[in-house]
Amino acid sequence: MTQLMNENGIRCDGRSIDQIRNVSIKVGVLKNADGSAYIEFGKNKILAGVFGPRDVHPKHMADQDSGILRCRYHMSPFSVTERKNPAPSRREIEISKVIKEALQPAVILKDFPRTVVDVFIEILQADGGSRCAALDAASVALVDAGIPMRDMVSACAAGKVADKIVLDVNDEEDKEGQADMPVAYMPNLGKITLMQLDGILTPNEYKKCLETAIGGCKQVYEIQKKALMEKYFKNGEA
Amino acid sequence: MTSSVIIEQLKREKILDLLNQGKRIDGRGLHDQRSLSIEIGVIPKANGSARVKLGYTEVITGVKIQPDKPFPDLGDKGILICTAEILPLADPKAEPGPPGEEVIELARVVDRGIRETEMLDLKQLVLIKDKSVIGIFVDSSVLNTDGNLFDACSYAAVGAILSCTVPKYEIKNDAPVLVEGVTSKPPTKTIPVSVTMARIGEYIIVDPTADEEACMNARITITTNSDGNICALQKGGSDGFTVEQLFKCSEIALSVGTKIRKQLEQLM
Repeated sequence: MTQLMNENGIRCDGRSIDQIRNVSIKVGVLKNADGSAYIEFGKNKILAGVFGPRDVHPKHMADQDSGILRCRYHMSPFSVTERKNPAPSRREIEISKVIKEALQPAVILKDFPRTVVDVFIEILQADGGSRCAALDAASVALVDAGIPMRDMVSACAAGKVADKIVLDVNDEEDKEGQADMPVAYMPNLGKITLMQLDGILTPNEYKKCLETAIGGCKQVYEIQKKALMEKYFKNGEA
Repeated sequence: MTSSVIIEQLKREKILDLLNQGKRIDGRGLHDQRSLSIEIGVIPKANGSARVKLGYTEVITGVKIQPDKPFPDLGDKGILICTAEILPLADPKAEPGPPGEEVIELARVVDRGIRETEMLDLKQLVLIKDKSVIGIFVDSSVLNTDGNLFDACSYAAVGAILSCTVPKYEIKNDAPVLVEGVTSKPPTKTIPVSVTMARIGEYIIVDPTADEEACMNARITITTNSDGNICALQKGGSDGFTVEQLFKCSEIALSVGTKIRKQLEQLM
């Protein structure tokens, strides 16, 4: 077992407890998609593509009063140490659902009845916290596709490692640590749109963990904004 | 079709209207659960079983225990697998077939509650390290739906596990063999209790019925252990929560959970 934190509070990948991994986002990386983004979040490498609003297939899924949002989170077979079976696992189906529900409060699809906005997420390489990184890319891709939105959705996890609340849990910390809490947040509306927890926290740790995660979401938000500015306001307009 | 839509609309308005007066459509307080009955030992052929009625929501859970191979990366632990199914007889809208995302989420939230609270000491279920372990299979079937399947399945699963007897296996010629007539109690360490809450407008209500779920903005399930810690959590629904609401939800989950835990403890 690797040592997760040394006596100076430095984590196994050299970060301090309140530091997120390196994050970089590129907007508009897929030619055929209406909107797209590529994110590197630590060792996570994730592509998100958005299509629509477009016709719904199968038709019975269509809503007469509004557009609908669909989401697929998928891991490439080569994204993890042991080859992953390419068929969607129960874990991926659940994550697809929680990601959809995390994006839903942000998108405004009332003006596109009988259509669908499809969000496809491909995990090319997975590190801990792939669902948060996937969400960060997906919401940037939605903006890139020109989908009307109330707010950005920014996501980051916090957790408990070596009895301390830490920001942005990596793969080793997720596997060996004591708790992992992924959170998605709409930074301007102050609303949490995704939240899960695995692991044991006291009520006080729970509060601290949530506040820590939100701090991370706010940092990610700045990176998302910067990535969008780079594509749309390259020449210093804004 | 149209008439049912109109009824839904009227019901929704009534539910919101009552909430504004601090009331619920079935007369409960905002943080009251429906009456909960847990009956154990309902399926004698299972190693453990429980039938739960939470209002009109009804679930039966059976536990089967048999030797199995461990997961490749967890050779020093027994296997725990929780599944859930909404039977076609439970709801006019339910259909047979492979589980949809809602049912998969249901099963995984029930599983997470039991796994993350470390209710079962899986290390005690190893026969030969990396080769042979005891598997505990917890299968829940929803018999009738009226909202809050998460808690109903979770209580039934916990009840079935608490009531189960673990058969004894011995290793002979590298293979596990059942020792007739010898059983033990399951290696339980704590009692997980999940509490599901819905947010409708600004109101947080505990244990939503199907009608209330139809008008909720968002949902949250929080599982606590016997020591008063928060161990698993799942947000659902197509809107969010504020930080204050989530803090309040954790307090409600702890206080409501204590009452339910007392009821579950009586099964032991």
